[in-house]
Amino acid sequence: MGFLKKIFGARPAVQQLPSGTITVNSGGEVVSSTVSTVYSPLLLREIGRTVLQLFREAREAQMPLAEITLHYASLRICARELRGGAIIFLFPQTALLPAPK
Amino acid sequence: MDKRHKILVLDDDADWLDICRELLSQLPSKPEIRTVGTGTRAIAQLDAEPFRLMICDLRMRKMDGLQVLSIVRRRFPELRTVVLTGLEDDESRARAYAMGVDLFWLKSDMQRETKLFLDCLESLLGRDTAVGFRGVQSKSLMDIIQLECLSRSSVVLRITRGPLVARLWIQEGELIDAEVGDVRGEPALRRILSWKSGAFETLPAEPNRERTIQKSINALLLETAQAIDETTDPVQSELIERADHQKTVWKLSLIASEGAEFVVTIPPAPGKIEAWSTIAGEVMAGWARQALEAAQRLGERLEAGPLSHVAGATAERRLVLLPGEEQAVLVGWPPETPEGLLLEKTKKIAASWDS
Repeated sequence: MGFLKKIFGARPAVQQLPSGTITVNSGGEVVSSTVSTVYSPLLLREIGRTVLQLFREAREAQMPLAEITLHYASLRICARELRGGAIIFLFPQTALLPAPK
Repeated sequence: MDKRHKILVLDDDADWLDICRELLSQLPSKPEIRTVGTGTRAIAQLDAEPFRLMICDLRMRKMDGLQVLSIVRRRFPELRTVVLTGLEDDESRARAYAMGVDLFWLKSDMQRETKLFLDCLESLLGRDTAVGFRGVQSKSLMDIIQLECLSRSSVVLRITRGPLVARLWIQEGELIDAEVGDVRGEPALRRILSWKSGAFETLPAEPNRERTIQKSINALLLETAQAIDETTDPVQSELIERADHQKTVWKLSLIASEGAEFVVTIPPAPGKIEAWSTIAGEVMAGWARQALEAAQRLGERLEAGPLSHVAGATAERRLVLLPGEEQAVLVGWPPETPEGLLLEKTKKIAASWDS
């Protein structure tokens, strides 16, 4: 047992993308999450902080965003502003799912 | 000597005139603004001194805007005219354009898209050399004739340039006769084609008109173009200015035709930012740069693949930010724009922008 792990290592070569919802407070701390615990809390916090940074900078530029969506080739991050915090939806884009317009 | 252009604003609402005066004072060329409350006063004012542009309301108590415009168009053919009205019906719009006005704006649109309105006015004011024909600015008479011929029209074009009046008879896409004063046929056509500006209107076809022009329209236009090239010595700066003007009109019309609110193009720092229909271009570009940088950094961290675009929504508008190698493009859209069309329309603007 564990023979293959010894050869190829335990960590999968391809990182699976996070899927689910997180809420962050105005300090950037993750308040709740439905994302698998496989993902490091640090990674989720980084997502939350980036999103809050985008909202904050938009406010400073006189464009108070209520919603922002980052479209990557294989992931869509959709965030809605919640009184300084945010609710963030993570949608991996797979071949089975049509790409949102 | 003061070379500022003059704008005359006609509206029977004194409060609206104050708003217009304040708004027009923001035009970069700082034109002189005069306001009048009645059509009679407007015509008296136009008689008294030369104006570059007149902005006219349509629904007025004594003499309505279309009446004023019909007089103005006849008596002051060089004056550029803009209709600014609250009257939202297609018939008024069609009638105004048929009369040869340069722009037709609704007051509500003007208040919502102030920057675009000012850009359009500045573009109308801006050209020192009066080139183009009213109703089809930036098109030469050759272009207009070619368009009529290509569409196989049967029509009479009546062209006026100040006191001069000319007519061209086109029958099923073929130019059969031209007349200016006592001159007819090809010599008349050559004379008409040398006019760089004026006004034209289309009249019903006259199929029984005697044919005096036998050559094909392309051959005639080519000959005339060569003759004009030989006789004129265009100054390079004038050509550049004209090209810039055409580019400006093209960009504005692209924004208007797609229904966008504004466009900001953002080259990699420290390149020159281009902002259209917004006064906050620098600030928006700053945000766009920061947003792209943060989003790309997060994408790399998550191994989510390249960033396709960023979409956002404020209470007043939707935004789409497209990254690009040479420049990023940020486009603002009205909130009612269908979400499914936003990316496609933004990509269209980005692709057409510098073409």
